[in-house]
Amino acid sequence: MKSAPATPKRSDRRRMLITPEGIALPVTLASRGTRFGALLIDLTIIVVAMIVSAFGLYYAASKIMQMNGQSLEKSDPTMPGAVQFALIVYIALLFLLRHAYFLYFELGPRGATPGKRMTGVRVAARDGGRLTTEMVLARNLLRDVEISLPIVAVFSLIGGGLAEWAALGWLAVFALFPLFNRDRLRAGDLVAGSWVVEAPRLKLADALSTGQTAASGTSQATGASYKFGEEELAIYGEFELQTLERVLRENRTEAMAAVHEAICRKIGWNPGAGDERAFLEAYYTQLRARLEGGMRMGQRKADKHG
Amino acid sequence: MAIFSRLTGKQARAEAAIEAAALRSDRFRQEREGDWRRLEAVVTRMEAGRLRKISDADVLELPVLYRTVASSLSVARETSLDAATLAYLEALVQRAWFLVYGPRTTLWSWLARFFGGEWSRAVRSIWPELLVALALMVAGTVIGWQLCAADPDWFYAMMPGQPGDLRVPGASHAVLKGTLFGKQGQDGLSVFAAYLFSHNAGVAILCFALGFAFGIPPVLLLIQNTTMLGAMLWLYHGQGLTLDVVGWLSIHGTTELLAILLAGGAGLHIGRSMAFPGTRSVLDAAAAAGQRTATVMAGVVLMLVAAGMLEGLGRQLIDSTPARLAVGYGMLAFWLAYFFLLRRVPAGSETE
Repeated sequence: MKSAPATPKRSDRRRMLITPEGIALPVTLASRGTRFGALLIDLTIIVVAMIVSAFGLYYAASKIMQMNGQSLEKSDPTMPGAVQFALIVYIALLFLLRHAYFLYFELGPRGATPGKRMTGVRVAARDGGRLTTEMVLARNLLRDVEISLPIVAVFSLIGGGLAEWAALGWLAVFALFPLFNRDRLRAGDLVAGSWVVEAPRLKLADALSTGQTAASGTSQATGASYKFGEEELAIYGEFELQTLERVLRENRTEAMAAVHEAICRKIGWNPGAGDERAFLEAYYTQLRARLEGGMRMGQRKADKHG
Repeated sequence: MAIFSRLTGKQARAEAAIEAAALRSDRFRQEREGDWRRLEAVVTRMEAGRLRKISDADVLELPVLYRTVASSLSVARETSLDAATLAYLEALVQRAWFLVYGPRTTLWSWLARFFGGEWSRAVRSIWPELLVALALMVAGTVIGWQLCAADPDWFYAMMPGQPGDLRVPGASHAVLKGTLFGKQGQDGLSVFAAYLFSHNAGVAILCFALGFAFGIPPVLLLIQNTTMLGAMLWLYHGQGLTLDVVGWLSIHGTTELLAILLAGGAGLHIGRSMAFPGTRSVLDAAAAAGQRTATVMAGVVLMLVAAGMLEGLGRQLIDSTPARLAVGYGMLAFWLAYFFLLRRVPAGSETE
């Protein structure tokens, strides 16, 4: 049987989390690229909201002034009440968009901003406990230093000197923090005790071993009966079983033929053709029955070498 | 057969399927699949909806189903080699876990707890850093004053020069007094107040956020901001306007400087926890300090709203020194009493 294509990039992001009930849950950390993408989506939403609300407030204020018979063009040193009000609303709105946008969404049941939701990630507590309001507050208070300040620093480079470069370099430590630690923590995550993980959504796959062929070991197509003996099943372990499961679920003819041939060669059967799937389903079910029986006795066989 | 006839058709089919399954682990799965799918449905509904729209039944069912499915996962890990089922269970338990242990409070109940004692408790818990921040601010003020007294040129170095600013060394008594009083008629005060709040809150958040670099930046920020205060005091003292400028600064300054003190203290607290984590790891120490000080910082932003209102509206509308002093020190007394006399621990606290 061919060895499974290893995915080192993904396994590098696997972490074990112990829930308060003592159950170990595997979580996958969100990749840096995903998080950057999520951030870009969120920032786009914020900037668009800022622009839309600016136009909206401008329009509303000028409408009200028209009704009162005033106009914005009039060079009057005093500000009309409508403009004052619109400005206050706008300043408050900018503040809320910058600081409360992330808070509001991350405190919701999904624990994710729209950008995170679209990219399939969410915020979680690093210790496996409850994600508290304080954590969400803390991780978002540091956003200023990580995002706004470096952007300002980049623009201040235009016509700037050594001091501006030094400031940018110093701020880059915050902005690039996720690049330099294994858990991809931003400075905000570090201070809050949180991290960002992938939010899994898996459908329950059908059981492979309950089909007619699998359960009885008899092919419905050809009527051939597949019964494997003890030594024919003893050559493989759990790793090979999982590879076989994946091949059956993917259901690609060439892959199944290759695996079918490999197993037949190994157990000394004469590989026929045309009934590979039935053969593999029967072998899968009987191998699983044998290995699970061993598990109940406390004997596990990790792979063909074990 | 008598038993089977009492079952509904669906149940009978399910029973038959369980009978037919060859593997014990498949029978296990088929017996429990109903619970798994119910939890999946509840979780999907809760994830989609706003908290208010979720039915009571779902809320009650969630923890029970979560524990059932979590125990299914534990058993399956020991008895089943069906990788797809295990992956599904792990994902489902994780999704439910996020909901069961997610942020559980609504904003309102959090605010009630926050004002009901959590904020003042968080402030008290960082008192050593608050004393350090206070010492730094006093030192900054004294340094600012002394430097200007020694050489008036320092004034220009410390105050960012604005063209047309009348407040420079050598300005007459009347000019300086004019900057303190007589602004009631000024327009756009509320805009000014909103701007001041937004600006000051930004500075305070910065002060806190920079504490991350082992607390050095907050020290510099605290000193730099208060040398400006010292320079201002020196300038007005020279023309015999000390009490008037204190009143002018105090009406909002007691609130604003206290907020900056809290923000600086919070920053120092994070810095100190990371530099000297004690028996914990640096990461754990930083996380604990961050969560404690986040509460302080939420309060700081609210205090700066109050300070912005007092500066933008109160100072311009109240035009006499005694009244300004009364408001300023009344606010200070209020804050101190709130922080250090209110020692109630609110019910349902999320932190330790």
